[in-house]
Amino acid sequence: MNRSELFNMAQVEQERQAKLRFRILSCASTPCLSAGSQDVFNALQTAVTEHGLNAEVDVVASGCNGLCSHGPVVRIQTGDAPDDIYEFVTPEIARQIVARYADENGADVSEHLIPADAPFFAKQQRIVLGNSGRIDQEDIEGYIARGGYTALAHVLREMAPEQVCDAINQSGLRGRGGAGYPTGLKWQLVRKAPSNKKYVVVNCDEGDPGAYMDRTILESDPHRLLEGMAIAGYAVGADQGYIFVRGGYPGAEKRLNQLERVIRMAEKHGLLGGRVMDSNFSFRIDIRLGAGAFVCGEETALMLSIMGKRAQPVPRPPYPAQRGLWGAPTLLNNVETFANIVPIILNGADWYANIGTEKSKGTKVFALAGKVVNGGLIEVPMGMTLREIIYDIGGGIRDGHEFKAAQTGGPSGGCIPAQHLDSPVDYESMKALGSIMGSGGLIVLDDTSCMVDVARFFMEFCVDESCGKCVPCRVGTMQMLRQLEKICNGSATMQDLEILEELCEMVRETSLCGLGQSAPNPVLSTLRHFRDEYEAHILERRCPAGVCKMDQVPVMELAEELPRRMRSASGQKEVA
Amino acid sequence: MSVITLTLNGEMISGLTGQTLLEVIREHGVELPTLCHLEGISERGGCRLCMVEVNGRMTAACVTKANEGMHVNTHTEKLQNYRRMILELLFAERNHVCAVCVMNGHCELQSVAAAQGMDSVRYDYLSPELPMDASHKRFVLDHNRCILCTRCLRVCDEVEGAHTWELKGRGIHSMVITDLNGPWGESPSCTSCGKCVQVCPTGALYDQGSTVAEMEKKHDFLPWILGGRGKKEWNW
Amino acid sequence: MLVTKQQSDYAPPATEDPRMDEVARAVKRFGYQQDALIEVLHIAQRAFGYLDETLLTYIARQMKLPLGWVYGVASFYHFFSFEPPAEHNCVVCTGTACYVEGAQKILDLLEKEFGVKPGQVSADGRLSVTDFRCPGSCGQAPILVIDGELLGRETPESTIARIKQLLANDKQAKEVAP
Repeated sequence: MNRSELFNMAQVEQERQAKLRFRILSCASTPCLSAGSQDVFNALQTAVTEHGLNAEVDVVASGCNGLCSHGPVVRIQTGDAPDDIYEFVTPEIARQIVARYADENGADVSEHLIPADAPFFAKQQRIVLGNSGRIDQEDIEGYIARGGYTALAHVLREMAPEQVCDAINQSGLRGRGGAGYPTGLKWQLVRKAPSNKKYVVVNCDEGDPGAYMDRTILESDPHRLLEGMAIAGYAVGADQGYIFVRGGYPGAEKRLNQLERVIRMAEKHGLLGGRVMDSNFSFRIDIRLGAGAFVCGEETALMLSIMGKRAQPVPRPPYPAQRGLWGAPTLLNNVETFANIVPIILNGADWYANIGTEKSKGTKVFALAGKVVNGGLIEVPMGMTLREIIYDIGGGIRDGHEFKAAQTGGPSGGCIPAQHLDSPVDYESMKALGSIMGSGGLIVLDDTSCMVDVARFFMEFCVDESCGKCVPCRVGTMQMLRQLEKICNGSATMQDLEILEELCEMVRETSLCGLGQSAPNPVLSTLRHFRDEYEAHILERRCPAGVCKMDQVPVMELAEELPRRMRSASGQKEVA
Repeated sequence: MSVITLTLNGEMISGLTGQTLLEVIREHGVELPTLCHLEGISERGGCRLCMVEVNGRMTAACVTKANEGMHVNTHTEKLQNYRRMILELLFAERNHVCAVCVMNGHCELQSVAAAQGMDSVRYDYLSPELPMDASHKRFVLDHNRCILCTRCLRVCDEVEGAHTWELKGRGIHSMVITDLNGPWGESPSCTSCGKCVQVCPTGALYDQGSTVAEMEKKHDFLPWILGGRGKKEWNW
Repeated sequence: MLVTKQQSDYAPPATEDPRMDEVARAVKRFGYQQDALIEVLHIAQRAFGYLDETLLTYIARQMKLPLGWVYGVASFYHFFSFEPPAEHNCVVCTGTACYVEGAQKILDLLEKEFGVKPGQVSADGRLSVTDFRCPGSCGQAPILVIDGELLGRETPESTIARIKQLLANDKQAKEVAP
């Protein structure tokens, strides 16, 4: 397909859609599926057939609309009017919705209609998620009708590879995987690395337990990722891309087949593969499967996993930009980073650089979850305060509880307490608060959560996910978990807390890779902001949130405690 | 190869490009403890005992190339302290009971700990229940003494070329295995060459029939044969 | 395993299982490239439900990889299993959002009711419980996956009820069709 064929296809699809009476987009992303959206989709299809509207109405399985806690969500597009979005849709309500739009006299369903000015949507700025929920998950026509692949066409015709790297550099885009390395610089490094063979890899393994941005972008708007990767391939001189996806999670097989079809579709239309859009640029994309290892978030481990080996990180340098997959220079970015490329090319680097704060440009997608009213996938400009995110978009804390902390960055991040709610969300301020931006997990905790237990939860995760290569991470995390368990069951002394803090520092400084280096973060940040809770556990032997069982005593006190327990068991009175 | 200069503990020293920091440091008579490093096989960078401060940042000397102008400190108080902590972690990880170990007195873990002044373990002994494998007719594998340095894996793969040894699982549950986790004695790929036993730093691999403090190991054969074959020092 | 004894140790073990052909085809499809090991293991586990010694030997010999290599890779990743799956499987998400919403209580009650801890199979081999992080449905936490079906907003009680129902259905089915 060349440029004019692309524009032609877009026009045909736009005209087809304009002739429809309305389009129904039923969310088929994982959260809505778990709320029963498959039944809703079937009901919608049946209802449309019953009304004899098959020719005039589209029923489409779309990607994520964002309001995952209120699923299943159904979006109705009618001509130029703003879309109507319905929440908590059941098959029964789905039938009513169709009836309502088919003839105006149907039953009233406005109870489930989300008001157009609801802060959940009004406060967001959806760039990366711009198409998400508005297009079919698979069909290439829908994406092209919304301007898809024009960025690639533009780049191939108008821009030299160097210019593409410069544009990305000017936009100020930073890696969305968590560390925030400037994307443009990375691209330039790979471009300049001398080699005939180079690779582009996108990390969609997403091991952070409580985050699902990348998978959702991949599900909801897969062509945008492919287009971003192809642009990256052109910019750095690579002809092969790999999408590293998590395999083996429930429902993964269906998703993978879908992704496979999407890639084949793009190849069929000449938008990927040999001689992309009749240019001299060739770019193939293949899928590689992960099999459940958080350590694959580390780039060297990820590449080993792509090469079919045990994912044990190797020391850097050499960096992947110098020596990556099979020894060739490799560009490795996260899904969200690649999803930002197309809008930057289409709207210009300056437009992007105007969004966000001085050092953190653009928007960030968060998976907002936990004790908030509106949980889901949100996209906000960098620099928005946590308060706005949690109280305006998230709708505040559920069931009248108090906000306690926001956990960002998953097991590598930390907890931000209430007094810092007004700090802006960007790379620098998150770091200053002892947390990290991370890939975008944002879990809100209320007063029913014990912060020591939260730290223990994350340490348990790190023990489970440590690859075992270096001693500080393999044994150090286990020892830290032991100390935290002791604090949680009441058998710790202040000396144990000292040992814990010392271990945190040592593991942070001496571990081989990012997993070990950041494993102590949840402990360090809770110690920093909630030290009183640790002390209450140890000194008063009480869990302020009432989560921990506290049924043990320190070993040193057992000598006193045992006779007391025996006496009380045999019914004797305690002698004062 | 060109000569580079760097600062080691405040003194100017010289090395060659391509050398690792560990090589340069040891050449200049400064002793750094190591466990996973072994001359003749590839580096792993796993034990973290050879950590040094380079321009204020910590890095493992065995996997860092020496560079012009580096400021290297090897024995700051913090580094010494971290080394002792790492050793304590190793002793607490499995069941290292020196008094009944075949390698008592010849064990690298033991001697490194003594040299670093690690005399007590402040952490909880994890005391895992681990098996022994005495199915091989000549050697014994005792997981209780293994520190997962993977010297046996590397020597088997790189020098003998059999790739009998492998790691299974991950994290704290990692274990060395032969082939498909079967008994060593029934391994179809093992050539019974015994190199793994000789390079093992602790009493995890030893000869059948040895008793407490009897086992001694020699791995100077490694540079010898690698020099002979690899660098073509044997010309006849 | 008599057949393999007669052959060389390094040839793929002979087998008449059609599922093995599927694995062999997969190996061929990836051009016998050794870096496709994880993909091949995925396909093998899908075909057999788990990875046993014969299968791993077969893969290793087909791909010309050392046996230990294949076992080492398979055991590194949590998704691969060396045990036959139980009749029914209940996956409890233990990701952060589900932890906050009380996934532990579900696990505790499962253990109390059926005596199965995460990663274990019940004594009669009919139910296994696994913990998993995370299917990515945090908005609907806590999440369960029972026999491949994704379920959101579960309580400990509803979980137990679902599983009891599942086990009872089997019994009925057996009585109807002896």
